[in-house]
Amino acid sequence: MNSTVNMTSATSDLLLLFFGVIAILMALTILGEVLRARQRIEPNNPVLETYMTRVHSWWGIVLLVGVALMTGRLAVIILFLFASFAALREFLTLTTKAQADHKSLALAFFAVLPLQYLFIWMDWEGLFTVFIPVYAFLLLPIVSALRGDANRYLIRVAETQWALMISVFCLSHVPALMTLSFNGIDDRSVLLIGFLVLVVQFGDLLEYFFGRRIGKTKIAPGLSPKTWEGLACGVGSAILIGALLNWITPFGVFGAMAMAGIASLVGMFGNLVFAAIKRDRGVKDWSHLIPGQGGFVDQLDSVIFAAPIFYHLTRYFWGS
Amino acid sequence: MKLLRSFAAKVVGHTLRLFARFITAVRADWQGIEPVPRQRVYYANHTSNGDMPMIWAVLPPALRRTVRPVAAADYWLANPVRAFVGPEVFNCVLVDRRPEVNDKPMDKILEALDEGSSLIIFPEGNRNMTDDPLLPFKAGLYNMGLARPEIDLVPTWVANLNTIMPKGEVIPLPLICTVTFGAPVHVRDGESKDDFLKRAATALSDLRPDVEQPKTAAVTS
Repeated sequence: MNSTVNMTSATSDLLLLFFGVIAILMALTILGEVLRARQRIEPNNPVLETYMTRVHSWWGIVLLVGVALMTGRLAVIILFLFASFAALREFLTLTTKAQADHKSLALAFFAVLPLQYLFIWMDWEGLFTVFIPVYAFLLLPIVSALRGDANRYLIRVAETQWALMISVFCLSHVPALMTLSFNGIDDRSVLLIGFLVLVVQFGDLLEYFFGRRIGKTKIAPGLSPKTWEGLACGVGSAILIGALLNWITPFGVFGAMAMAGIASLVGMFGNLVFAAIKRDRGVKDWSHLIPGQGGFVDQLDSVIFAAPIFYHLTRYFWGS
Repeated sequence: MKLLRSFAAKVVGHTLRLFARFITAVRADWQGIEPVPRQRVYYANHTSNGDMPMIWAVLPPALRRTVRPVAAADYWLANPVRAFVGPEVFNCVLVDRRPEVNDKPMDKILEALDEGSSLIIFPEGNRNMTDDPLLPFKAGLYNMGLARPEIDLVPTWVANLNTIMPKGEVIPLPLICTVTFGAPVHVRDGESKDDFLKRAATALSDLRPDVEQPKTAAVTS
């Protein structure tokens, strides 16, 4: 009886959240269309067109994630499995590799990645938190070494491990939130995914907006246009959004604010790390798969960085 | 029966294209030309058996329908599956590489051009297994340019396929493949064969993405 009541409230909360986000997207779309209609004299304004492409991509992402969250655990795991696949593909396209790595890279794609998501689906926490940092870390370099090519060996295996940690291990901590339970209630954990993604992504969006408006002091001038002012406003907005969304979390108002602030802050610095990698490899975007936003890694970078920390803090302070 | 075969060829073609898109997320980068229907010879680097299907897969439908890859008869007629895929799915112009056969490849190529087809050719002749970006070109590209000077010769760089599917490996890696189309070249008046082939090769290797260029002095700086 009790669990039925909880499930209903989780589902209705999820629906409420989903329609709330849809309403925001509609407002953003209408705003864009109004601006486009007013600018008919000077058509194809590049800033507006970029904005509209982004909003369209956002519709796709929100519908996909929303439908997956409402369908259930398996759908969410499959969605993130494919996101990890796309991210790993983008990452490994840019890393150093030799033909001697062919087997270990094939194992990364076709064994390590699906196994990680299988362990999450099985709720096997003792394994999915160490599988890539321990087992893949030790075993894949052996497979590469067996082919006997020492040329740039350390760079090759280190970059492959980085790709796996980022694209598979870190990203898989988003669906891993569903394995957590709070005071015996576990079906509300799916809402945490919505919470994490929303605070991080809206924090990023507002960081970008405020950085453009009032940003002065660059954080890392050689890497990214991010400014301390933009960052402060972005994290501040994420904290506010966290407070507004506290009803879907087990954190309470202040807990939700703290978690939102930490997730958003880590995510923004994660964005900086990815900017450094892209600059190192001489690319602007990770790929061209999402119109207006570059690749999957461009879209997911801050969530990727925030997810494991968000997962462990949640588990440590609120898990049961 | 003929109808059935051509239907099967279409289905196989679409499946291959979807497979290529899913595995390698193959993408066209139109740097020097527009993707418009116009008679062209796309000449590309060759590192893997997947090169030709990749170029074929990124061409928009209107261009794909009129393009014919030039391919080796000994490879594509080796078994019934290839004999179906090569000539019927890809609509290949099959040429015989064996020196003892008295069958002039250039005649077949010019015949296909005169029918209005565009072509995909690999002027290196063989798959490049070296660390150099390109092997020396064979004379075919020059002869085509000389015989049909009005046709655009378009340099086409296929990036990453040598790591996706190196020779001797069975499982393809799902890395992102980019096909870059450069600005067309033509044989100039009085240009010698060697000069032209060198110029055409440079136009092609210039299209290599930065990430593929060997990194020098990266550690010392």
